[in-house]
Amino acid sequence: MAQRKAELQQRVEDLLGEAKRQGASAAEAGVSSDAGLSLTVRLGETETIEHTRDNGLGVTVYFGRRKGAASTSDLSPQALKETVAAACNFARYTSEDPCAGLADAGLMATDLPDLALYHPWKQSVEQGIERAIRCETAARELDTRIVNSEGATLNSHDGLQVYGNTHGFIGGYPSSRHSLSCAVVGKQDENMQRDYWYTLSRQGDRLQSPEQVGMTAAQRTLSRLGARQVATQQAPVLFQADVAVGLLRSFVGAIRGSTLYRKASFLLDHLGRQIFPAFIEIHEEPRLPVGLASAAYDNEGVATARRDFIRDGVLESYVLDSYAARKLGMETTGNAGGVRNLRINSGELDREGLLRKMDRGLLVTELMGQGVNMVTGDYSRGVAGFWVEGGVIQYPVEEITIAGNLRDMFMGLQEVGTDVETRSSVQSGSWLIDRMMIAGG
Amino acid sequence: MSDLIQIAQETILTPVGLAEQDLDRMLGELTGNGIDAADLYFQSSRLESWVLEDGIIKEGAHNIEQGAGIRVISGEKTGFAYSDELQLPTLQEAARAARAITRSGADQSVRIAGMPMPRQLYAPINPLPSLSETEKIELLRQVDSEARQQDPRVKQVIVSLVGAYDVVLVAAIDGTLSADVRPLIRLNVHVIVEQGSRREQGSSGGGARESFDYFLDQARALGYAREAVRQALVNLDAVDAPAGAMPVVLGPGWPGVLLHEAVGHGLEGDFNRKGTSAFSGRIGEQVAAGCCTVVDDGTLPGRRGSLNVDDEGTPSRNTVLIENGILKGYMQDKHNARLMKTVSTGNGRRESYAHLPMPRMTNTYMLPGEYKPEEIIASVERGLYAVNFGGGQVDITSGRFVFSASEAYLIENGKITRPVKGATLIGNGPEAMTRVSMVGDDLKLDAGVGVCGKEGQSVPVGVGQPTLKVDELTVGGTEQ
Repeated sequence: MAQRKAELQQRVEDLLGEAKRQGASAAEAGVSSDAGLSLTVRLGETETIEHTRDNGLGVTVYFGRRKGAASTSDLSPQALKETVAAACNFARYTSEDPCAGLADAGLMATDLPDLALYHPWKQSVEQGIERAIRCETAARELDTRIVNSEGATLNSHDGLQVYGNTHGFIGGYPSSRHSLSCAVVGKQDENMQRDYWYTLSRQGDRLQSPEQVGMTAAQRTLSRLGARQVATQQAPVLFQADVAVGLLRSFVGAIRGSTLYRKASFLLDHLGRQIFPAFIEIHEEPRLPVGLASAAYDNEGVATARRDFIRDGVLESYVLDSYAARKLGMETTGNAGGVRNLRINSGELDREGLLRKMDRGLLVTELMGQGVNMVTGDYSRGVAGFWVEGGVIQYPVEEITIAGNLRDMFMGLQEVGTDVETRSSVQSGSWLIDRMMIAGG
Repeated sequence: MSDLIQIAQETILTPVGLAEQDLDRMLGELTGNGIDAADLYFQSSRLESWVLEDGIIKEGAHNIEQGAGIRVISGEKTGFAYSDELQLPTLQEAARAARAITRSGADQSVRIAGMPMPRQLYAPINPLPSLSETEKIELLRQVDSEARQQDPRVKQVIVSLVGAYDVVLVAAIDGTLSADVRPLIRLNVHVIVEQGSRREQGSSGGGARESFDYFLDQARALGYAREAVRQALVNLDAVDAPAGAMPVVLGPGWPGVLLHEAVGHGLEGDFNRKGTSAFSGRIGEQVAAGCCTVVDDGTLPGRRGSLNVDDEGTPSRNTVLIENGILKGYMQDKHNARLMKTVSTGNGRRESYAHLPMPRMTNTYMLPGEYKPEEIIASVERGLYAVNFGGGQVDITSGRFVFSASEAYLIENGKITRPVKGATLIGNGPEAMTRVSMVGDDLKLDAGVGVCGKEGQSVPVGVGQPTLKVDELTVGGTEQ
């Protein structure tokens, strides 16, 4: 790995050198190389074995305030020269953009701690298949109503990425990512339902056991059988943690620099304003060891650091890269490439506690469709989940929608659960929201 | 030998010193007891994109991808490996990895041969140089200024222009040697309008398997600009959408997303072989109202979803999926067709050499019926008229689908009255299709912007339909 890293660093140095030679006043470049194994078993038999190997190289050049970019999957020296030439050619035609350029030199990360992101998972194809079969078998054997399977899939990927720019910054690190997932089909009378579960970690030995993943997938499928509509009405809604993460992502999308300078956000000009109840805190922790989204520097080489976005319910910071920051007359927040290990603080209640607190309403376990309008905050999604009365799940529901406006939903947040979803770069417990419009039969 | 094969060989194989005999030899190494199918897929693609924002040409970017995917199939097992290096030793290593799914080995000889092309649906051109850089920039600027001229409330205009040139070559142990040269262009306009404290957006665009001149022809691109602004301004006046079950009239063209989600995916061969689709085992049954005939047609000249041959070298075709409400057939690739003892319908598609092919749609649409669109609207006492959509999603197994309206109106007493805010529509595919009660005579295909995602792979597709009425769909608004 160390040798491969040195090779990729050399490629980045070569790209930057070539860009300078071709007349660029500044340049930045990234090179990545990933390899992995992906295998699927279905009904107890191997279905696919995929060996993946992906290379990528990208360069952005600046001629003063004009910019050009090019990328390729070919890491050969010849391709490298041609890619730089293509980027330089584009820079002849793009416009002078006063905000274009590298991030400021003074912001470059200087300490690059090892964040322990690389944990190769040594296993043969046969061992991988055996794990996947154990997973699928556990799902299929849980209940006779599990009648079919889409299979179990094991993924194990290792990658190496290097980024550098003409400020002299160069950084690179290896990382790994492993997952095991399972999806099964259940049938009861004429009703057929499917659901899935997965486990994901940078460390193979930190994954949930294959049996646990399989059984969870089967239980989730079984719990949906016999789903029906509910009547159109207003009611409180509890977003289970794995779907509540999506609400948090919508929040991040609305405070992202590119959305803001385009005036495409419903949270435009909300800095310093109350957008959540006072008990809500949202922050990111980019340098968390072994974190799924950890990095010591962002996609522009800017040092990352712990940052509060919401404190006491008030919007404290946007999510900015250097371009958006200049457009808004602000400073980058080191978020080129997105947020890293974002987390909303939890209250005291677990999911069961939240169900009791809700008493009567809708528990949402699946969201469908793209009905989130970032410009207005209008929110309308297809959902599946469970109807709750007296704090207890009554029956599964489907083919209904929920609608509201994200601004009201954020302010109507009653409580965040302790049942935190950790398989994501954005982490959250379940959200209880005071009321939304449910459309059904 | 067809010209396309020659172009593909010259583009991909010749520069790396590979010849047809090398493919014969590699395929020979992929034969053996227990191996039912194996193929090599070579691809070279170039993509160029331009973005105008805030009135300036902000970004220009170029991407080159090249590689080969090697697939070996034994029964229901598939071994797959790919490489972005096209040197023979690297390819042989990938081939060994792919064939490791079976232990048997008895190399047989394979002779591939090119078949004559049935027809050419688009010219084998590279669209990227079809306009000079200066002309591309001028086009973007004109679109920007056309949008801004429409109304002073237009505050932001983003225009993107993308061109792709894709050359593919497929060789298989069944003797297939096939190639395709696929141009693909797309132009999108996104606008934000502001009135007082209210902001809304609108977007429009189009594309085809053509050169960039397509956008200049009849000032097409300027039409997209006007359309994006019109949509955004309509939304400035939109009131809250209704909530609950009601009749829904869908406009012609892009609302065909409904068919793509409600029936299209459920009729893909893989789900039906596995028995995981709500349509599994239902061929010959009534799955839609008698007025519905739905086809998947990869043979429309120049269309975004069209293919001369699919990614397994099978010529595309026009497949009847539902005829007068009766389920007629599934969309198949070679692998699923073999296992279901039928033939490929030319729907074997893959995002790139680094992905496995699977059954995918091309251009999916409903044939026209007998009603005038006005008659259909006049038949609704209270309901929704939805004319533009964002995207959709389906759960194949339960048949549940959603799609999100971005432009919709209330119908009250047979008349279109007020615009309403975008809302998600939700239904169950097989159920919704039986509730189609009127089909218009105004079949229209979309403008050429569709992207379909399945198992992480994106491919360009087309959709279309005439105006049609569904007697009851659930509308996800906020007004009771």
